[in-house]
Amino acid sequence: MDQLNNYLYISAILFSLGTFAVMTRRNGIAVLMGVELILNAANLNFVAFSRFGGMNMDGHIFSLFVIVLAAAEAAVALAIVINIYNNLHTINVDDAAMMKE
Amino acid sequence: MPLAEIVFWLLAAFTIISASFVVLNNQLLYSAIALLFALFGVAGLYIFLWADFIAGIQLLVYIGGINVLIIFGIMLTNKISSVRLSQTNVQQGVGAVIALWLMILISLVISKTPWLQIDSSEPSGTVHAIGTLLLSKYLLPFEAISLLLLGALIGAALLSREAT
Amino acid sequence: MFIDYSLFILFLPLLAFVIQIFFGKKLPRQGDWVSILAIMTSLVLAIIMFFSMISSYDPNFKEEASFTWFDMGEFKIRLGFLVDNLTIIMLLVVTLISTCTHLFSTEYLKGDIRYSRYFAYLGLFTFSMNGIVLANNLISMYMFWELVGVSSYLLIGHWFEKDSAADASKKAFLTNRVGDIGFFIGIMLIYNAIGSFAFGDIFNGVASEMITGTTLTLAGVGLFMGAMGKSSQFPLHIWLPDAMEGPTPVSALIHAATMVAAGVYLSVRIFPILTPDALLVVAYVGGFTALFAASIAITQRDIKKVLAYSTVSQLGYMILAVGTGVYTAAFFHLLTHAMFKANLFYGSGSVIHSMHHALHKKHDHDTDPQDMMNMGGFRTKMPITHWSMLLSTLAIAGVPLFSGFLSKDAILAGTLSFAQHHPQHFLLPIFGFGAALITAFYMFRMMFLTFYGKPQMPELINDIHESPKIMTGPLVLLGGLSFFIWYTLPYFNFMSSHGWFTDLVIPRDSSVPGNPSAEYISQGAHHAHHLAMYLSIAVASVGILLSWIFYIKKSLSADAWSKRLGFLYHWSQGKYYFDENYSKYLYQPTLRLAKKIAWIDWELYDKYFINGFGKVTNLASKVTGKFDYEAIDQVLVDGTAKIANLLGRLLRTVQTGKLQNYVLYVTCGLIILMIIQTF
Repeated sequence: MDQLNNYLYISAILFSLGTFAVMTRRNGIAVLMGVELILNAANLNFVAFSRFGGMNMDGHIFSLFVIVLAAAEAAVALAIVINIYNNLHTINVDDAAMMKE
Repeated sequence: MPLAEIVFWLLAAFTIISASFVVLNNQLLYSAIALLFALFGVAGLYIFLWADFIAGIQLLVYIGGINVLIIFGIMLTNKISSVRLSQTNVQQGVGAVIALWLMILISLVISKTPWLQIDSSEPSGTVHAIGTLLLSKYLLPFEAISLLLLGALIGAALLSREAT
Repeated sequence: MFIDYSLFILFLPLLAFVIQIFFGKKLPRQGDWVSILAIMTSLVLAIIMFFSMISSYDPNFKEEASFTWFDMGEFKIRLGFLVDNLTIIMLLVVTLISTCTHLFSTEYLKGDIRYSRYFAYLGLFTFSMNGIVLANNLISMYMFWELVGVSSYLLIGHWFEKDSAADASKKAFLTNRVGDIGFFIGIMLIYNAIGSFAFGDIFNGVASEMITGTTLTLAGVGLFMGAMGKSSQFPLHIWLPDAMEGPTPVSALIHAATMVAAGVYLSVRIFPILTPDALLVVAYVGGFTALFAASIAITQRDIKKVLAYSTVSQLGYMILAVGTGVYTAAFFHLLTHAMFKANLFYGSGSVIHSMHHALHKKHDHDTDPQDMMNMGGFRTKMPITHWSMLLSTLAIAGVPLFSGFLSKDAILAGTLSFAQHHPQHFLLPIFGFGAALITAFYMFRMMFLTFYGKPQMPELINDIHESPKIMTGPLVLLGGLSFFIWYTLPYFNFMSSHGWFTDLVIPRDSSVPGNPSAEYISQGAHHAHHLAMYLSIAVASVGILLSWIFYIKKSLSADAWSKRLGFLYHWSQGKYYFDENYSKYLYQPTLRLAKKIAWIDWELYDKYFINGFGKVTNLASKVTGKFDYEAIDQVLVDGTAKIANLLGRLLRTVQTGKLQNYVLYVTCGLIILMIIQTF
């Protein structure tokens, strides 16, 4: 527990899981959850570097900002998902490919 | 092995298992619940990293705010009939390989890099320091992100409004 | 403080120019108030600078600022500004006359179709003139020098619908170019030897003999050629009389008071590097021009032409003073001349304006409103104009109590002393005093013909009125400045030019080793002072008396004498046929030569060489064309296109429009990058 690497490995696993979700899940909300995992992985890195970099508080501030951004992102993304659902009656992200044309 | 270390490893395992559950589960609502546990685990790790304030915020914002929002989203959009459909797309196989590779590579990089590790004593609390920084060095980003949050809230409200 | 003020003085007129050019027509009153506001602010700043100069009373005052314009390794060009007493006086002159011109023009050009553009160009001119004055180095002076040329070109051609105006503007520009080539050669010679454009460095370089002998003489003469062009010295004098095609206020500002004085200003600035040989060239050119132009002015009928030749003659005086070493006297004459000559031009403008309106009322469009033979007896009709012009005429004729007396006297004393030291150059004082005599004669001829005697066109006289206040204002102001007292304060001695000017602008030693020191020159001038003064009073009186006999008393008939003098009269009236001779021996042969060369070019070079070359090329291109089509086009070009097409079709399948595909690709890319980085 006093090893930076431990935290970084955990963060790497969380990040890969998040990426996997983003790449493969069909449901928009599930994709969103994957994004949350990625953000948490990044946050964990920030705080870990802060702790092992001489308790430099800048990392904390950054993770704070990331949390705020995540909140904003979640709000907007969910609004978009609900809008898509209202228009297309599905939240399958594969079907929302109208911009291709 | 001291007790703290046991707790740490348990917490780490708990977090990763919850996160895997989030990703791999077919039931969306279960995924959301699992996400809650995963976020809780990360909050626990924060406490091990002496980041008490961030851990508190994690609980408040993520678990109390974002996760609840996600559950609302699921309830608003999920039809009972579609629950049993496969939750993954055709890229499942490729995606799994790539994600695995990504994990292996990042782990390699982590193990090969000589990280700086400064030992420091545990602070009595981080709230004071964070507050000072937010209102001095980071005042402008703080204000900017406040505006961004406001804009996001207005935008979200505007988007989810019934079209009139 | 002085640098900041002078920067404001410099850039305010430019600002006015920009505003006028872009928005002038849309502003109320066509925006003339913008220009007037800008130039008046400049004037106020110049006055403040002037008074702080007077209050500190330091003849060695100097403030300099410079910055690097560009920098290419060893080659560096620094531009900068220099403010000393000379600059401050000159700035005041330029802004004062420019302000007067702006005010005068609001009435003189009322209703003109390019009213706002006229004011814009005035602003551009003022900017560039102040730039010349403030420059501390030759290169930025050269740039502003050309800018001044451009604005002069634009203003002379203000009424470009008139062919004569368009021609005159071109002539002025091209004649100036001839001088400017010399100027540029001079600059390059100096830069080559010294490696700097700044005046300070140049003077030091000359003093330490980095450039000597013939090279320095050539460089000095080259620089002086620029001055000859701008100051309209013989043989480049031909453009200035034609420049009178421009509006009269412009003539007052540019072609009497400021721009033509730029050449004198340049000569004064570069005086320390002129070698004795170069100085002799300067002196002879100046002296000859003074007498020569005066002799033309005698017979001119156009009131503005008289003044134009008078200006050429007076500029010759200043150049003569530089050549004989008394260059502060040249600058003094520049100052006094700017005031009274600008005033004379305003006066003539007022007369022409009034004539123009009177003729307009009679629907007479054939009579020339500038011809003095159509005037006469305007004294009672235009009292302010008359009195103001009379004061300035007394000044230019060199009558005691007036400013011109002091400055002319200083120049003549310098010339006389020069001839006393070098008896072989006895011609120089003859030029000087002869010109003084003729000047007094023709200036009073102009006054008598215009304002005295019987009206030549009695039917007009009742329609002649005094000009409006905005035009007489500058007349009163500048007429008042023709009195000596403004230039000799705080002393009150009309026989000596000793005053603030001589205290603040003191002559400096030449940088050229072996040149006579300033002390030596001024002592010589001091010795010659009394003799020069009596002589100049005598010649002025003779001139005025002769003029009075010819044109008031009429006991001698001007017509009879002109017949008796025959060819001399015709030469003078024909301006010694300079334009014609230049045309016959310079322009026409050049044109013929050009035509010959064009013929050779076309008949021989083009037909055989170029066309032959063309045929060979044609043949070669046919061969290559075949190869091009069969080999390159079919295989290489089309092949490339086909490959691109194939790749495009392949790549198109990647564009699925599915977000998660893209994330997959991005992650793949990330993995590849990491693999490259890690191993």
